[in-house]
Amino acid sequence: MSVKQISVFVENKKGGLYEVTSVLNKANVDIRALSIADTTDYGILRLIVSDYKKALEALKTEGIIASVTDVLGIEVSDTPGGFSEAVKILSDADIAVEYAYAFITRHEGAACVIIRVEDNAKAANILGKAGISLIEADKAFN
Amino acid sequence: MSKYFQPEIETMPVEEIKALQSEKLVKQVKRVYENVEYYRNLMDEKGVTPDDIKSIDDLHKLPFLTKSDLRDAYPYGLLGTDLKNCVRIHSTSGTTGKRVVAYYTQNDIDLWEDCCARAIVAAGGTNEDVCQVAYGYGLFTGGFGLNGGSQKVGCLTLPMSSGNTERQIQFMQDLHSTIICCTPSYAAYIGETLKEMGLTPDDIDLKAGIFGAEPWTEEMRRDIEKSLGIKAYDIYGLTESTGPGVAFECEEQTGMHINEDHFLAEIIDPETGEVLPEGSKGELVFTNLDKEGFPLLRYRTRDICILSRKKCSCGRTLIKMAKPMGRSDDMLIIRGVNVFPSQIETVLLQEGYSPNYLIEVDRANNVDTLDISIELNPDQFSDTVKELSAKEKALANAIKTMLGINPKVHLVAPKSITRSEGKAVRVIDKRKLHD
Repeated sequence: MSVKQISVFVENKKGGLYEVTSVLNKANVDIRALSIADTTDYGILRLIVSDYKKALEALKTEGIIASVTDVLGIEVSDTPGGFSEAVKILSDADIAVEYAYAFITRHEGAACVIIRVEDNAKAANILGKAGISLIEADKAFN
Repeated sequence: MSKYFQPEIETMPVEEIKALQSEKLVKQVKRVYENVEYYRNLMDEKGVTPDDIKSIDDLHKLPFLTKSDLRDAYPYGLLGTDLKNCVRIHSTSGTTGKRVVAYYTQNDIDLWEDCCARAIVAAGGTNEDVCQVAYGYGLFTGGFGLNGGSQKVGCLTLPMSSGNTERQIQFMQDLHSTIICCTPSYAAYIGETLKEMGLTPDDIDLKAGIFGAEPWTEEMRRDIEKSLGIKAYDIYGLTESTGPGVAFECEEQTGMHINEDHFLAEIIDPETGEVLPEGSKGELVFTNLDKEGFPLLRYRTRDICILSRKKCSCGRTLIKMAKPMGRSDDMLIIRGVNVFPSQIETVLLQEGYSPNYLIEVDRANNVDTLDISIELNPDQFSDTVKELSAKEKALANAIKTMLGINPKVHLVAPKSITRSEGKAVRVIDKRKLHD
């Protein structure tokens, strides 16, 4: 049901982002989707990657702070209002979205969005009932 | 009114002052030996008895007290009299978070206020002046000390405490304050606020300011004098000895006269503890000659300084100390508050952070800033900004509780703080505090 996301602590300094991407590159890990939340001091880089275990290990070996978070990948129609519909369903069910970001899929007519909520199971259930399909972990990586 | 508050002391011939000091020292050592077990043990260890102290020439025989003695003896170990004879405490931060608590009898407060009154009169204060005390009131000695001195001089005293700068200026205008007492950085800030409010020094009646509790430069003095239209006088003190008024500046502005009838000063080599001759640069050491509540003998201030008996044009014969030129320990004075890096380390460990941190002190618009970078531990990481910000805030609050001042906390990546020879560089002081 959920997708594994890698979250990485990145200091706001020159070369901070490259440090992370180069580690993933060396580990031969492919990045499928990413978003950065930034403050004046640091950023949190969130990644969906081809092999999260390998990515996590490579980052930790380099002393970079990283963790795994379960997030939901939802598929919405690639038309105006497509994402809005999903958000409305969650909002009506009183489920807060901590953050969200999109990523590109190779499926025509569909758009994929990663969302982070407090209770994945509850959100998945409600979205499923509303006919919004969730992306399975392996599908997100290929 | 005279140009001296207590002319008989302030202009006493040097030989008479020394005789007075000797007489007081002999009595004080006896009193401390009898009443303060902690110090008696130190004397016994050194093999010194009160009978060995016959004059100030024997002072060097006595053991030193340091800040760590104050910590070890906390809270009552260095009390010099029964608690029932004490009427007040003041407090300052200690090296590892344990506070220094100093006790005062009514007589201690009386003599302390005399010292502050001497400073106010030396700055031109009389009973016709309006003295605005903008030092903090409370455990900090600044507010109460100058308040008492101001009343002794007979000034109309405005116990403003620090902060609320626009209100300070309003009172200054409405009640025609002529003297202001506060930290130099706050004085500079008042000057800036005055300008921002569209006012000039001509709109206020201030003529003098008595500034202390933190290091400041001659350049800062000139800026303050210009922005407030005053003459700025330095004042020195420490809670351990009594508070502000241990030494004060006269109109010559070339160092501070030590109130040596109460505070016997020495300069020592901070490495060897050896007493250095007059005019040498070294660590300042004070012996309280009259203190009853908290009588410290040979207390090492850690301030690096020079003493001089050069004749002063003001007519005072009291020995002068130069503005302290630095510290022989790692204490920082930030916004008038004593800060030890080890205190910050204590908080970090308590809160579960790594002891790798970097303290950066700077001065923006004459106000000290404190930035602390802290290496984040992997187990404290969260993928939401909300939670990480909450952690930064909680840390800042814990540090504020410990130090009494607000830091800016920055979480940084592990191993990002520069280490020299394996040890993290902990403090960068960007302020230019010493000329």
